[in-house]
Amino acid sequence: MEDSPMIHLERVTKIYPGTEAPAVEELTLDVQRGEILVLVGPSGCGKSTTLRLINRMIEPSGGSILFEGEDVTNVNPDRLRRRIGYVIQQIGLFPHNTIAENIATVPKMLGWDKKRVSARVDELLDVMGLEPSEYRNRYPKELSGGQAQRVGVARALGADPDVMLMDEPFGAIDPITRDRLQNEFLRLQAVLGKTIVFVTHDIDEAIKMGDRIAILGERSAVRQIDTPERILALPADDFVDDFIGTGSTLKGLHFERVSGLDLKPYPTMTLDEPFEAGLATLRADGREWLLLLDGERRPARWLRASDLKRGGAGRDLLTRGQNVRSRVEENATLHDTLEEMLKSSTGQACVVDGKGRFVGAVEINHLTDVIRKLRQEAQAHYDSLEGSS
Amino acid sequence: MDGLTNWFSYVIDHGGDIAEASLQHAKLVLVVIAVATVFSLVVGIVVQRHPMASSIALSAAGIFLTIPSLAMFAIFIPILGIGNPPAMLALFLYAILPILRNTVTGLTEVDPAVVESAKGMGMGPGRQLLQVKLPLAWPVIMAGVRVSSLMIVGVAAIAVLVGGDGLGTFIQGGLTRLGLPGSVESVWVGTIFTVVLGLLLDTVFAFTQRLTTSPGLRN
Repeated sequence: MEDSPMIHLERVTKIYPGTEAPAVEELTLDVQRGEILVLVGPSGCGKSTTLRLINRMIEPSGGSILFEGEDVTNVNPDRLRRRIGYVIQQIGLFPHNTIAENIATVPKMLGWDKKRVSARVDELLDVMGLEPSEYRNRYPKELSGGQAQRVGVARALGADPDVMLMDEPFGAIDPITRDRLQNEFLRLQAVLGKTIVFVTHDIDEAIKMGDRIAILGERSAVRQIDTPERILALPADDFVDDFIGTGSTLKGLHFERVSGLDLKPYPTMTLDEPFEAGLATLRADGREWLLLLDGERRPARWLRASDLKRGGAGRDLLTRGQNVRSRVEENATLHDTLEEMLKSSTGQACVVDGKGRFVGAVEINHLTDVIRKLRQEAQAHYDSLEGSS
Repeated sequence: MDGLTNWFSYVIDHGGDIAEASLQHAKLVLVVIAVATVFSLVVGIVVQRHPMASSIALSAAGIFLTIPSLAMFAIFIPILGIGNPPAMLALFLYAILPILRNTVTGLTEVDPAVVESAKGMGMGPGRQLLQVKLPLAWPVIMAGVRVSSLMIVGVAAIAVLVGGDGLGTFIQGGLTRLGLPGSVESVWVGTIFTVVLGLLLDTVFAFTQRLTTSPGLRN
């Protein structure tokens, strides 16, 4: 079953006893091998319920759950759960067990021998950046929130499951630590390539963590499922648009980099050139600002025609015009670049190479072009989907 | 001062009897506490998940505790006769409440996130109970055991009225011979050694509690 999805939910329904409306109604969803699928939606939409249906912490009332084509709707739920890593917001480390014992929980249940278990524990602590000799025998109460969260993830990875379910795993952590843990986790995932279903109510976290995002409405109905880029470029309906909130275009710029821009030649002059040369370049180009480069071709000053007209050679111009405050490298995201442009007195950001030498300048029309292109691509994608179905 | 000297000479003269009675007393208490602990654990585990069953069990145990001890001991004589059996049964019924209440409380207070993660990792109900819930509730349960044992040590002194062994014999013996030589000393021997035994057992239990509680749960 090479091309079957890692997890397939087929018309899964959950109706709690005593309630009329289903919490989850006929949800059909595929999770591809090796991807992070983020379930995001307003509170009460049933995203956590959906996640917990996958490892049958909540038993579905109808429909079926398939793992790599195998129907697991009726297998022993404990056996199923040992194959799935599970991380919850409150972490739930066992306070009476050491860190090593916590991480060893599932491997021990699976009957691994002692040597293999302890090697695995040390390996995971190492991966999480926790020195094994120092942390192995500690108890959860001796950990900070961030460390406890790392141990929680390590414990979920204990028996090297193919699938991980994560329910707002970074929800209870301060913003700075959360950001660091998210980055660490993404780096780790790049190596591990687990199939991950990740629940959050925070659209920004979803955009950051997800290879794909499923935006869920009431009763866990999928309102849009796609890459973050396409969802941001073209929200499927008003619900999705509302949920993404203001600034979706801005957020979309996180996914584009300076290197992808088609930078047109920008008027420059060097220190050795006379001001007349600069003036001529600027007139020929028609732009407002000319960039003065130093001997190493690094951006030095922004100059207007009026600055040049006061005469002198390049060197005399070093005190005129505006300081160059905004420099970005080619791997910078357009989001960061826009930030730099707003800081700049000329509304442009200088693109420099690793040694600080001038490569080009990003102007506002570059960004509007990119945004238009993203929207067209998303539209074309959806058109082709409609055409094929 | 005379009283104290007399008391000490009484203790020295009856050293063997006192030691024997103390030992019997301790045995009575330990057997009762052991049985009551096992019983309360089992009942506590069974009723804990059902609030209704919990309150019924706790009320029943509470009723036992309010029955006057004199009556409680006497009630079982027609069924069990005279001697240690009725005494032990009565003491057992008294001992239940603190242990049962703490078992229910301890199990109920286990952090739901910990149970959720245990279940999520594939622990069945048995594993969850033995590897997670009981170890976490254990310090609370042991606190109940200590309260019970202190209480039972005192009440067991009355067991002598239904023919039970223990330090109560010195108290009852002294009271029946009140006014005769050595009677007051005998009452004091029964009282003081009961208190000492209570404190000693509590120390032993405190030590056991510490030894059997994970360092991760200690403050």
